[in-house]
Amino acid sequence: MNEDVLSVESSVKSKQLELAADDKTIFGFWVYLMTDVVLFATLFATFAVLRNNSFGGPTGGQLFSLPYVLVETLILLTSSFTVGLAILAAHQQSKAQVLFWFGVTFLLGLAFLSMEVSEFRHLVIDGNSWRRSGFLSAYFTLVGTHGLHITVGLIWMAVSFGLIIKRGLGRAVIRRLTLLSLFWHFLDIIWIFIFTIVYLIGAAKG
Amino acid sequence: MLLANLLGRLTLNDFPHNPITAGAGVGIVLGGLMVVGLLFYFKKWTWLWREWLTTVDPKKIGVMYLIVAILMLLRGVVDAGMLRLQQATSVGSSHGFIDANQFQQIFSAHGSIMIFFVAMGLMFAIINLILPLQIGSRDVAFPFMNATSFWLYCAGALLINMPLVIGEFSAAGWLAYPPLSETAYSPGVGVDYWIWSLQIAGIGSLLSGVNFLVTIFKLRAPGMTPMKMPLFVWSIIGAMVLVIFAFPILTITLALLALDRTLGMHFFTAGAGGNAMMYVNLIWAWGHPEVYILILPAFGIFSEIVSTFSSKRLFGYTSMVWAIIAITFLSFSVWLHHFFTMGAGPNVNAYFGVMTMIIAIPTGVKVFNWLFTMYRGRIRFSVPMMWFLGFVVTFTIGGVAGVLMAVPPADFQLHNSLFLVAHFHTMIIGGVVFGYFAGLTYWFPKVFGFKLNERLGKYAFWSWLVGFVLAFVPLYILGIMGATRRMDHYEASLGWQGLFIVAGVGVLIIMLGIGFLILQLLISIKDRKHHLETTGDPWGGRTLEWSTTSPAPFYNFAIIPQADQRDAYWASKHATKPSVKPHYQAFNMPKNTPFGMFIAGAALTFGFAAVWHILWLAIVALIGLIGLIIMRTTYDDSEYTVSVDDIERLEAQSKERFA
Amino acid sequence: MRTKLNTDKPNITNYVMGYGLSLALTLAAYSLIRIHLNSIHTIPSDSILYYLLAVLAIVQLLVQLVFFIHLNRETKPRLNIMVALFAGLVVVVIVFGSLWIMSNLNNHGMTPDQTNNFIIKDEGIHY
Repeated sequence: MNEDVLSVESSVKSKQLELAADDKTIFGFWVYLMTDVVLFATLFATFAVLRNNSFGGPTGGQLFSLPYVLVETLILLTSSFTVGLAILAAHQQSKAQVLFWFGVTFLLGLAFLSMEVSEFRHLVIDGNSWRRSGFLSAYFTLVGTHGLHITVGLIWMAVSFGLIIKRGLGRAVIRRLTLLSLFWHFLDIIWIFIFTIVYLIGAAKG
Repeated sequence: MLLANLLGRLTLNDFPHNPITAGAGVGIVLGGLMVVGLLFYFKKWTWLWREWLTTVDPKKIGVMYLIVAILMLLRGVVDAGMLRLQQATSVGSSHGFIDANQFQQIFSAHGSIMIFFVAMGLMFAIINLILPLQIGSRDVAFPFMNATSFWLYCAGALLINMPLVIGEFSAAGWLAYPPLSETAYSPGVGVDYWIWSLQIAGIGSLLSGVNFLVTIFKLRAPGMTPMKMPLFVWSIIGAMVLVIFAFPILTITLALLALDRTLGMHFFTAGAGGNAMMYVNLIWAWGHPEVYILILPAFGIFSEIVSTFSSKRLFGYTSMVWAIIAITFLSFSVWLHHFFTMGAGPNVNAYFGVMTMIIAIPTGVKVFNWLFTMYRGRIRFSVPMMWFLGFVVTFTIGGVAGVLMAVPPADFQLHNSLFLVAHFHTMIIGGVVFGYFAGLTYWFPKVFGFKLNERLGKYAFWSWLVGFVLAFVPLYILGIMGATRRMDHYEASLGWQGLFIVAGVGVLIIMLGIGFLILQLLISIKDRKHHLETTGDPWGGRTLEWSTTSPAPFYNFAIIPQADQRDAYWASKHATKPSVKPHYQAFNMPKNTPFGMFIAGAALTFGFAAVWHILWLAIVALIGLIGLIIMRTTYDDSEYTVSVDDIERLEAQSKERFA
Repeated sequence: MRTKLNTDKPNITNYVMGYGLSLALTLAAYSLIRIHLNSIHTIPSDSILYYLLAVLAIVQLLVQLVFFIHLNRETKPRLNIMVALFAGLVVVVIVFGSLWIMSNLNNHGMTPDQTNNFIIKDEGIHY
């Protein structure tokens, strides 16, 4: 009888430890995301200050194709939605669904990234690289840093795939997937502001 | 051609030519080799690896931070000595013993090392050693990340000393303003060393900020609600909040400068649409919070010390907490006072001037509360208390010098003069250094299990105080007389040499103070058996760290204490407790790991490759870094269990040792 | 003190609503610019346009925070919200502070083009 009590006690205790680990890790990741917010804020501030420094070269309005960027935006937004569906599936412990939705998110993210790389390539080929002006340096760095974060997210997703397949949907894995989804949502939120400030307002100013 | 690709822009010419740097470099390398040799001779590699290099115990990590910070202090103070010697002798027809370029590299190194590696290092040392104990926790929130932060700090320290061995350092000051720091005007590797050393150490600091914040918010002992936390813990909250919000600004600003230098971008270049003033703006948006990051923990330490050595609880706890919160918020609203003269209009300057004056108020509140704590207390003038008294006088005077410069018209006269230099050294030495020395003396017995020699401690304190006054009061005077900072030569007709000589003597006395500190350490170690600290509570402390043995066991607390009141330990040691047999429960502790070192090694390699433009090495290092991070973050076996039997055995052992 | 980020009871409605609203807000902002450009920068006028775009962006930020990240008034512990608010404050200070300071500096300094010409003349450096 004592053993039963002890084992219930220890399983309750280890559940408490797991919850505490979740709590601490998710909070810690949230704090890290806040530092990333300030990181992007600095890049936005730099872009805003250098927005008119095109040094005789083309400005944003002349360089950016709005329909193209709209497609990018919708792709990324949809991927933020699908990563949410993946997390839902994880809480329901359906491994196949988790892999499916993360797979969709990954492909959408990859599509977004390819479109962005292609946009960059065309700018560089036309002679409008980051070396051309302060404005272009700021543009490439702000959007490029976001792209780098997306790349990190994609690598993370690929590794998570392996983790889910190898270890299943245990608590530690779900905790990691939660962090990944937070990261991905955060990247879409940053993109809202890039879309608005860099592209839409850039186009408005001409 | 192949060699050029293999080594980037590194050539044989990059080894140092002049005797000073060559001597320093050779000295460092030989010193390192000697340590390695001794390790081989005494067959201590396994011990070193197991006990220190792979540890995740914050008490050990704190000791390692301390060792590196002290070594960097020695380098920084030697730099200071050379600057003083040059300025005392380079008058009129004499040009001292170093040329302008060397002088510039020396003051750049001096500032960078003192801020990033001495002050930050001592701060993280003390936090690691004491914070978990003070909140009744067994560890920090993310022990592996904590170790990684330390090793990244080490990587930065290595990179900033590497110019003594190969290459050169930046001659652009401790903040490397463009356009001087751009490729056009600093084409060598100096500024790149500066950028990557700070960038890598900065990431370490940022991770520590996250770590300690989560530790305080999530791992406090049961019952320790926010308004019952020790003031030191509150000061760490303030400092770490500043770290997490300010360091990303530094990360980006350094990155943008690196992009300008390496990829030909135009953020801050003089021309092509760059705006060098934006760098000044951003670097100080980080730089001002940084100085509050350094001083807040010192304030917290003084709160603990004043209360303990006045045998009285701290006066005005609530207002002290609000003062910390106010300082934290206000830190982000004053940064322009570092560049009043850059050309902003009167409205902007007035706003930031007023905010700067306002931020002095919460600090004033704290000073008064410390004094009120002392009033009618039973004061013991032990060494920590003396550091406090030295601080109160020095910091207050230096602080009002700062409020003077907060008035933009006054600042137009005093900006970049020696008055400014004297002011910020007063803040840093009188405030930060005195505070951290006080804390180290205060907590030394807890960390090492024996007390420091009091007499030598007092000699050290008086040397520092007298040396500081002699070194910097002349600079206040010189500044008002019109002397600019960073001068490597001046005209004899100015009549300044006398004051510079006094300042030089002051630095020598400070060095004497450092000598006394080292002597104190050596003699205390030699005599430690006569000064063992066996009670756990040598000073009559009030907070939880004094409830453990000295040193504390690796798990800090066999049973997590209940901390229902402010000054939790004071309350519990004065309460009559029924004697209860302790009921132990098994707990998990993190395992040792070499990954922190490996990750920092990859970062160091990347930094070196970036400095010397060795593309293949940079890519290899980056891939290695990513691989190591993936390996470590997917690793699930990072803890081990300390069983009830283990606890009983360890507790019995320590009772025996300390009976 | 448990973190409830993303561990609320799984709820597909949240995600669908969040997605729908974000979609609408994105398309609204896009259409606004299209109309502005088509009407040769007259409708809506420049200043109103910036405010509208800012509002749309901030609303979408809040939508995504609430529906995707589940950050709402009941989120416990409140620490997460406080940290986010402080971060928001820092963002506002850095972005608008920098803009204020840097534009104010232009009252006294040379423009980038003037600087560039001066550099070329004075130092002979070309980019």
